[in-house]
Amino acid sequence: MGGDAAGPVPNDQHDFALWEKRVDALMILGSARGHFTVDGLRRCLEDMGEQAFEDMTYYERWVASVNQNFVEAGVYTLEELGAKMAEVKARGDTYGAAQDA
Amino acid sequence: MPHDHHDHLSPSGHPYREDNDAPLSYWQTMEIAIREIMIEKGEFTAAEVNAQIEAMDARSPTNGAKVVARAWDEPDFKAALLADGSKATREMGFDIGPMNLVAVENTEDIHNVIVCTLCSCYPRNLLGLPPDWYKTREYRSRTVREPRKVLAEFGVELPETTTCRVHDSTADMRYIVLPARPKGTEGWSQQQLAELVTRDAMIGTGLAKDPG
Repeated sequence: MGGDAAGPVPNDQHDFALWEKRVDALMILGSARGHFTVDGLRRCLEDMGEQAFEDMTYYERWVASVNQNFVEAGVYTLEELGAKMAEVKARGDTYGAAQDA
Repeated sequence: MPHDHHDHLSPSGHPYREDNDAPLSYWQTMEIAIREIMIEKGEFTAAEVNAQIEAMDARSPTNGAKVVARAWDEPDFKAALLADGSKATREMGFDIGPMNLVAVENTEDIHNVIVCTLCSCYPRNLLGLPPDWYKTREYRSRTVREPRKVLAEFGVELPETTTCRVHDSTADMRYIVLPARPKGTEGWSQQQLAELVTRDAMIGTGLAKDPG
């Protein structure tokens, strides 16, 4: 990335969505609990490969990395995550509706 | 890209991204699941997540502007800031965490600009969350290759005689640019000076505002 050729710097700006801010908070609180460091966050981002940087948004990559770090640290298992994601999805079709009531 | 909706502008003039009313995405589902599992396991509470977001929202470039204005006004503080940015800003009451903060000074001959080629490392405790362009592949790729051209796109035309230094941030080494103090501000209060310090001036993609 550093030193590669690229086009003009885009100057779009958006307000972060609530779920994106929450991902940021999960990273900070998770590392404050000692489960990983910023280096761990970045290692997983680097491991995703170039295509992830084309296809995923910034906080999508972050949530994937935060998850990978928690699983590696043994905080929860992929089975636990899968079960919880199914439960969340069954609650509703929008981010708002899928929150725990 | 699922989030590229630029049809509407928020009150702050930024395009909205879809949030509560869009179809639930896979990654949003994952965020909810992780958060709930962590809360259930007692790793942290929902209140802590909310407090973290509030703290995040409260940080803005005005924090960094106070640091810069003080450095312009107090030579001793400026020396302390350049010697140990973490210590000097911590003593001003800014929680900058465990990372090393390095302040780099713009002078008549030297212009500094910061980038994070690997991701988005940024002195967020002093400047808030980074602007979107800071995180783009265009900025990250080109700033280390053709900084003068990138700066020109931001409206900063550096004379050939000015040395341009590019600082690549890392996870635990963050930079902040101490912009040159504008001429004609002699005798100004720190509060007045801080008004001239923009976010981009502290990244190096801008200059401090001219007085008046």
